[in-house]
This record gives sequence, structure tokens and C-alpha cells, in this order.
Amino acid sequence: MRLEPRDHVSMAMAVAGPVLAVLAAMAICSLLILWSGSSVSDAYALLFKGALGSRFAISETLTRTTVLTLTGLAAAVAFRAKLWNIGGEGQLYVGACAATMLGTGQLQWPPYLLIPTLFLAGALAGGLLLLVPTLLKTHLKVDEVVTTLLLNFIILLLVNYLVFGPWKDPMAMGWPQAAAIIDEGLLPKLLAKTRLHAGFLVALASAVGAWVLMRFTVWGYEIRAVGANPEAARFAGVPVNRTIVRTALISGGLAGMAGVCELIGLKGYLTLDLSPGFGYTGIVVAMLAGLHPLGVILSAFFVAVVFNGADSMSRALSVSNYIAEVITAVSLLTVLVSMLLTRYKLKWK
Amino acid sequence: MSRNIVMSLNKISKRFGPLQANDAIDLDLAEGEVLALLGENGAGKTTLMNILFGHYVADEGSVTVFGQELPPGKPRAAIEAGVGMVHQHFTLADNLTVLENVILGTEPLWGGRQHLRTAIAKLDRLSQEFGLAVDPRAQVRDLSVGEMQRVEILKALYRDARILIMDEPTAVLTPPEVESLFATLRQLLKRGLAVVFISHKLAEVMAISDRVAVLRSGKVVLKAETAQTSREALAEAMVGRDIPEPKRTRQAAGEALLSLDQVTVFGAQHKRLLDQASLTLRAGEIVGIAGVSGNGQAQIADLLSGLQKPDEGRLTLRGAGDVMPRPRDMVKYGVGRIVEDRNGLGLIGDMTIAENLASENYRDKKFARFGFLRFNALKEHARQLIESFDVRCPGVAAQVRKLSGGNMQKLILARVLSKRPMVILAHQPTWGLDVGATAYVHSQLLEARLRGAGVLLISEDLDELLQLSDRIQVIYHGRLSESLDPENISLRELGLLMSGHQATLSKAA
Amino acid sequence: MGDFFDFIFTAGFWAATLRMATPLIFGTLGELVCERSGVLNLGIEGIMTIGSMAGWMWVYQGGELWQGVLFAAFVGALFGLLHSLFSVYLGLSQHVTGLGITMLASSLSYFIFRMMLPNVTTPPKIVPFDSWALPLFSDIPVLGQALFVQSPLTWLALLMVLLVGYGLFRTPVGLAIRMVGENPMAAEAQGINVHLVRSGAVVFGSALMAVGGSFLTLSAFDAFYIGMTNGRGWICIALVVFASWRPGKALLGALFFASFDAMQMRVQQQASSAIPYQVYLMAPYVMSIVALIIMSRRAAYPKALLIPFRRGER
Repeated sequence: MRLEPRDHVSMAMAVAGPVLAVLAAMAICSLLILWSGSSVSDAYALLFKGALGSRFAISETLTRTTVLTLTGLAAAVAFRAKLWNIGGEGQLYVGACAATMLGTGQLQWPPYLLIPTLFLAGALAGGLLLLVPTLLKTHLKVDEVVTTLLLNFIILLLVNYLVFGPWKDPMAMGWPQAAAIIDEGLLPKLLAKTRLHAGFLVALASAVGAWVLMRFTVWGYEIRAVGANPEAARFAGVPVNRTIVRTALISGGLAGMAGVCELIGLKGYLTLDLSPGFGYTGIVVAMLAGLHPLGVILSAFFVAVVFNGADSMSRALSVSNYIAEVITAVSLLTVLVSMLLTRYKLKWK
Repeated sequence: MSRNIVMSLNKISKRFGPLQANDAIDLDLAEGEVLALLGENGAGKTTLMNILFGHYVADEGSVTVFGQELPPGKPRAAIEAGVGMVHQHFTLADNLTVLENVILGTEPLWGGRQHLRTAIAKLDRLSQEFGLAVDPRAQVRDLSVGEMQRVEILKALYRDARILIMDEPTAVLTPPEVESLFATLRQLLKRGLAVVFISHKLAEVMAISDRVAVLRSGKVVLKAETAQTSREALAEAMVGRDIPEPKRTRQAAGEALLSLDQVTVFGAQHKRLLDQASLTLRAGEIVGIAGVSGNGQAQIADLLSGLQKPDEGRLTLRGAGDVMPRPRDMVKYGVGRIVEDRNGLGLIGDMTIAENLASENYRDKKFARFGFLRFNALKEHARQLIESFDVRCPGVAAQVRKLSGGNMQKLILARVLSKRPMVILAHQPTWGLDVGATAYVHSQLLEARLRGAGVLLISEDLDELLQLSDRIQVIYHGRLSESLDPENISLRELGLLMSGHQATLSKAA
Repeated sequence: MGDFFDFIFTAGFWAATLRMATPLIFGTLGELVCERSGVLNLGIEGIMTIGSMAGWMWVYQGGELWQGVLFAAFVGALFGLLHSLFSVYLGLSQHVTGLGITMLASSLSYFIFRMMLPNVTTPPKIVPFDSWALPLFSDIPVLGQALFVQSPLTWLALLMVLLVGYGLFRTPVGLAIRMVGENPMAAEAQGINVHLVRSGAVVFGSALMAVGGSFLTLSAFDAFYIGMTNGRGWICIALVVFASWRPGKALLGALFFASFDAMQMRVQQQASSAIPYQVYLMAPYVMSIVALIIMSRRAAYPKALLIPFRRGER
């Protein structure tokens, strides 16, 4: 069996790839559904109904799309420069921490000042956190995959300490959570009687912004060049290290903003379970979108459908909602194969 | 004296597309003799060896070893028949010991225990018998290059090879190591082994071989007993063409634009890749660097590209003084760099033609404003360039990866020459191009010269060098010769210099 | 502070250290074998998780403890096979493949666990391994009973250090694995099937990782919790670098890191400590990063690590 590069990849093929990958993943996971004793069609029907079957359901799905878009963008931007940022989870939490430090009463500002400040603080925190493994990569050649991963655990323990310790809200009746964000710092709701908040617009704007950056700006050009061929980029005079650092600040910043979003849009106070793995899921979102910022919105939506739908399905059938994570994980693997097949033809000797 | 033939290649032919790499090659090798196989890069030696070892299958012809024809396409067949190869680029694992490198693959995988004591005993016996002293327990990365080669030879002998193929064995050795190798070879011959010695170094070939065959453009053009031929005859057979007429007009060179002053660049194990090299490039002249690849050309190219800084000595640019530049600086100083490695270094395959053409200037006012790229400007610029440089492509938005090698080179030329640089590095600028494209590149370089630019031309194509250069310096083992006048030097003399033969003539220009 | 030092010198501390080092030893040995052959196996965290779940589930369903361990190894090997299919045979990104395997193995563990035990609020328990006393050594007064009475899986871990060391450095298979990770082209030239050796190494390494995971549920604790592995897999990756890809040093590294876990437990018992216990919990992760930084200068990486090998390419 040999791999032969294709000379022409149409746009249709490039989009079909991830779609087929996802379908393949769902087909594979239908085996699990069968094992559980439920009918596959029932299960998937309930999944889609649960995610999209009512106004409230759609709003919930869009709410989840919000945070996944931002973590997906964080991964997509970084991966474009071949910076393997697996630390989205930790960056999300430090973003939320930064917002907690400024948004629980320290700054008594009106919303149009406070909210952007909180986002800025969160982005800064996330970016600076990613900067550490990035500098280790550029200057000491330490692989960033493991360092960003390990930082996640460290940050989670930090949050654990803060939330059980100095930041513990005395008015929370013993629950480990930080003080609540003041009203001026909370994001307004977009849809009455739902949890969908203005963060959704922030996420969309960020996706568009990331797209504009990558496609139309000098910085985007440098990021793409460094990711495609760092030696040729350096030869041509592109400042490679500076570009990687810039990418890290943007990527970490986006993940930090995801944390702020969840905090001031959804939860209202910092807890340990602010993120059930959104940072990691963001990686799958990015890969499914082929690292395209606008595509991230779609794949984030899809993944949100899977997770929300699985929650609802698990309440009706005896299929555990962990199936959502399984589908996501299988999709990551199938999309790898589909990317390979998009670029290469399989030839039998 | 009767010759006991141990290996013969009969009418071996191999074609790769339009290229006839091997053309009805007939060679034979007798016991106890050294056959030297001479030829420039691209003459067909590597293809022949790959056929022998089953990595390629010949279109026609056969190989016979010890009377048995080798089944084609089976790498193990040659090894099992008793043929061993000592590669030019060592196939050794640096982080393992000598013993481990030698015995890999000689014991059954699931054997459980290694029989190290027997292995060491055998290795010691071979070392003693053939004078190849090496410590079996030493780590390969601590060995000198000469010692590494001994390990490669031992690898073959350990597998009971009776025929040794040595591919450019002296390319990386110092003179005393070469002597040591020759002593080893003599020992091998005494015990009835036969050696094929692939090389381009005439002095050594004359010293060690019994018979010699010269390959050129895939054919055997000369077969002789070494004692009955001469270096001159061999050099001429290797290179084989009459001196072409230069197309350039004489012009006086202007001020110095760039100079290397006693520059030394160190490589692994403190090897001098460039050894106190000095050259001066003046306005309105083309200086050619002639030499077989691997003698330091890459280092000169890297110096001018900004990828390498001199470890000793100075690099000076007019208007900037002594510099230790990065690539970005070289772009700023207006040095045009046409590189050998188009795909890897010169172009970013996954980006579009328009993006690649702007890769050195994307920050210029005409291409970017307020941080945003001006795509219309980029595209227009690209369109103009692909037209003037005749680049065949499906449009400026096509990915560079899809272009043919020749068109990629034209793209690089376009990017470099459109800026009208004063200093141009041209490293193998016409490699892989057809006649028309080659002529075009030549005319571009000559035109640059006419308008006062200085061109440093590094090439393995002697025709090209002689045609274009005002002066030629030969590089050998990192050292540059004095300037030679291409109109007053013969191909034979050039060939000799390139092979390390000390020049008795020296004409400064 | 004096209290702290007192604690280090108790046998209890060292016994706890050895116990907590066990999964790290298995994981590091497993990853070490994979990386020696040239493959970075980022699936380790997921494989340890599913190893812990699989082993426990086997015993919970009525099987024997040692069968549970074998079953965990088998499951780990399967995931190793999947990993090598993607990373070795198809030459896909080892980073993304590994992350995918971790996500898949982890999520499958939780899914299967929830499906087989749908209505439990507290994780059910099994009867874990009894400790074995090492003869002679355990008769030493004071130290003996504390230090040399450990779970049989701990003894197995120590044995594996010796076996892997012997295997890698004294057998033809081990030599083939090391050569394939240093210079696969040379190995191929000498008749070794590079893809086969690499897959074999990944499968074997993954089996070891899974056994390390099973220690958590069959020995250290007696139930399976979500998030039980808690990043131990990632620590093992750093430990491999720290150990310079040598089994003996891997053991030392594992003990060193585990000692911080042991210390953290002690500190939790002392309510009046100035340093919050989370700091001790952070220590292994922080130290892993520090270890990577220190070793980045001198790391003797297997030369062909992360580089996919394509047959016949020269």
C-alpha cells in the first residue's frame, strides 16, 4: 500500500473530509449504542432533538457553542503556527481568575467599561500563561505539548486552592466558589428565558477577527509562513520567534476569553467545575474545522449539538452521556484519516 | 595473469522518465583487485549501486556474483551472496556502541540472549586480521570519522562479505586516515577480497586501484588498467566536453561589493567545512566557484544567505562593513539569494505564488498598509513577474507545491532579480532546468552583471561556470584556490583541481 | 520544619513512596519502550485510565485479581495497536494520534463504567491485592514490616525495571528497538522490518502502561473513580526525559516524584501546616516541567523520535 499525493484538492473535497469523518465517527459509536441495548435511530434522533428540538434546546446549544468556539479558535490559531497549545483548559481558568480578581467588586465601573476590561484581563492572563511554555520552546527547545498539559493540572490545583481558601465566598453557604461577579460585570442575555448570553456575539466576532487576521494581515501571513515552513520563513526574513510568541499571546488570549465568557455570561462565579474539559474539546473543534476560524464556528456548533444532545438522550435512554466524549474522540481520529485521504490517494501495489 | 571474475554487471540499463541513468553498462570485477568507478555527480554511479543492492530493478541486464545471477529487486540477495557496501553517508546509530551497530540483524530476533562474547571474539579476530582497530564497546558518536568508516567495513566483513563496494570512502577522511584506509584495503586484497572503489578523486584512484572504469551520462566511456592510463586521460573522460565559447563581453570590474576574508566554518567534530576561505566579489563581474558538491559550497551559500555566521574570519559588505548577518539583514542589504534547496528553503510550498513572490518584501509599503496585506498589489506584482519570467502556472493563487521544479526555480529568480540587487548569490541556479530556461537564467545573470551587480555563481556545471564567469575559484575541502581565468584554463586542469590535485598553474585575475 | 525531616526518615514515608511510585514506574517504562523505538505515545494518560477501569471491571464481574491485571494489559495492547496503526503505518502526526487515543480511551472507560453500573452514587468496591511480604527483608525490625510489605504489583514493577533493562540492552529484540529509534534507515538496510518493530514496541509499552493503571484500582484503591489517573501519564512523559530513556533512572525518577505525593498526604494530616496541601499536589507537575527544562540541554533523544519512517525512502 502506498500513498501518492493528489495534484488537485477541490474545495468540495476539503469540506467533505471532516463531514465524512464525523459521520464515520457516529457510525462507529452506534456500535456502543447497540451494545447498550438501544436502537441507533432512536438514540441519534433523541440526540438531535435534545440539542435542536426546541427554542430552549437551541439556545442551550448555542450557549455551549460560545465557549467551544473560543477554545477552538485558541487551538486553531496556535496549530496554524505549529504551536501545539494543549493548555486551553488552564488558560481558560486563569482567564476566569483574572476576571474574578477584577470583577467581584474591585472595580465599580459601568458595564461598557467593566466588561471589556474583564475580557482584556482574561485574555492577558491566558496569553501570559501560554507564553511560559512558548518561550521554553523557542529558547530551550522544550516540547510544548507536555508543558502546556502539565500547566493545566497546576492551574486547576491553583484554582482549587483559591476557591477553597482565600477566595472562598463566605456567603455561599459552604460551597467552594468565589465571590460572585457584580451585576455591572455580567453579560446581558440575548434571549429571554434562556441562558444564551452576549458572549455568543463575542465568540462570533472573535472568529471573524481571527479569520481576518489569518487571511488578510501581515501578522497572519507570518503565522502561516512559520507554520508551513519555518526554515523558508526564516530565510525570507520572517521573524520566526517573534511570530511564535505573538501567536501564543493570541491563542492563550482567546482561551482566557473563553474563561471570562463562561464566568460573566453563564455561571456568575468561579467554581472548580467551570469547564468540563472545554479546553481539550476545543482541540477537536479546531481539527474538525481544518483550523479555519470560520469553520470553527460550525464545528463548535456541531460538537455542542453532540454534547447537549447526549445529555438529553441519556435521560431518556440508558445510554450514558459520556457517549458525547467518545464520539468527539473518535471524530478526532477519523478526521486525521480524512485529512490524509484528502491529500493523498491510496494505491495498492 | 588470469583473473578470477567474482562479480559481473552485464548490459545494465535503467531509465527514469526522460533520463537514461544507466546505459548498457558492462563491468567485471576479479578476486584480489580494486576496480575504481569514476564519474561526476549524476553520472549514474548511485543508480548502478542501487540496482546491485536490489533497491531498484534494472530495465535490462543482470548481475552475477560468484557465478550466480542475483534475483532483481531483493536487497538481501546481494548481502547473502557476499557483497557488502560501505556507504558514503554512514548508516550508523550514534548513540549505540560499535558492537551493537555491527551485530544488528545478524541474530534471530527472538533469540532471547545475545551472544556477545562470540560476537566480540569474531569482531576482534576480524579487526586483527584486517588491521581495523576499533573498540567494540565504544559509542559510535565518540568515534572519529576514520574509525566510523572502519566500523562500516567491519559490518560488511562480519557478514562474511567477499566483495566490498566503497562509495566515496575518502570524501570525509583526512590524509593520514586515507593512508590507513589504503593499508586496510591492501590487507583485504591479500585475503582474496575484491573491492569496487567509487570515487571522483583521481590521485587516490591512481594510487589504489588496479583497474578503472569511467562513467559519464550513464555510459561506460573508458575502461583501462590503472597502470596504463593517466590522470589527464581520466579527467578528460570524466568531464568530456570541449570548452564552450563565452557569451559575455569583457568589462572591467568595479569596486568590491562583498568579501570573505579568511573565513572558517566548523562543522561536527571540529571539521573545517570552510578553511580560511577568501574571496572578493566586485561590481560588474561574475565569480564562479567550481567544485564537487560537499567541499564547502553549502557553507559559502549559507554565509551569503545569512544562515551561517563565520566562526573565524570576516564577512564584509560594501556599505555595511563587517557583518554577522541574519537572513533578514541580508534581505535588507539587498543581497539576492538564489538557493539550491528550492522546496525546503527558497519557497513555502503550501502558500500561493503571490505570497511566495512577496516573502522577502511583504512589509513594504506597496504590499502592506496598516498591517493589512494589499492583495491587489500582491497579485499584480505576481502577475507581472510570472509573465516576465515565463513561469508556467495555473495562476497566482495556485499553491507553489504544485509547480514543476523548473518553474519553482523561475519563481525564485523572479523574486530575487526583480529587485535588481547589487550582490547576487546564485547556488545551482539552473539545476533541473531545460535548455531554454537555462539560457534564460544565464542571460538574466549576465544582464545583472552588465548593470553593475556582482554575482557569486556556485555550480557543478562546468560549462556554465566557464561560460559565465569572469573568474573562477576552485573549492576543495573547504579551501578556495586563487582566481583562475576561464579563458586560459582547460577542462582537464579544472578537473584536476576539483579532484584535489595541487595546481601547478596559478593565474590571478 | 523539624517535624518534616522527622517524617522523611520514617519507614512509613518510604513505604508510601514506593507504593505511589508503582504506577509511575509502569507508565514510564512503557513510554520509554515506545520512545526508544521512535514513537511518542501521548495516549498514555488514556491507556492508564482504561487499564484501571478494565482491570477493576474484570474483578468486579467475578474474575481473579491477576486475571484483571492481564486483561488490563490486553486492553492496553489493543490501544497500542490502534496508535501504531495511525502513527507508524499511516505516518500520521504522533501528537494528534496520541491525544486522540487518550481522549478515546478515557471517554470509553467512563462510558463503559457508567453503562455497566448505571445506578451507583458511590463507586462500588472490590477486594484489592493483599500485600506480599518480601521474605528475609520483611523480617528486619521496624523497617521490614513497613518497607518490604508491598502489593505484588509493586514487586512486579520492580521486576519489570530489571526485565525491560535486560530486554532493551541485552537481547536482539531490544537492539532492534533501539536501532529503529536511532537510525531506521540503517536498521532497514540491515534487514529489520522497521514498522513491525515500532508497532511491537508501542503495543508492549501500552500494555505496561495499562498495568500501571490497573494498580490504581486493584491495589492502591479498591474502586474506580472518574479522573483517577490525574495526569500521572503526563508526568511519566516528563519522567522518561528525566530518566534519559534508561529503566534504572526511570525507577529513581519515579521514586523521587512519588515522594512528593507521600509528603503531601502527611501534610494533609497536619492541619497546622503553613503551606497549603495543594502545593504538594502541584509539586510533581512543576517538577516535571523543571525536569524537562533541565534535560532539554543534555537530552539524548532517540534520534528518530517523532519522525515517521516511510519505507524505501532514501
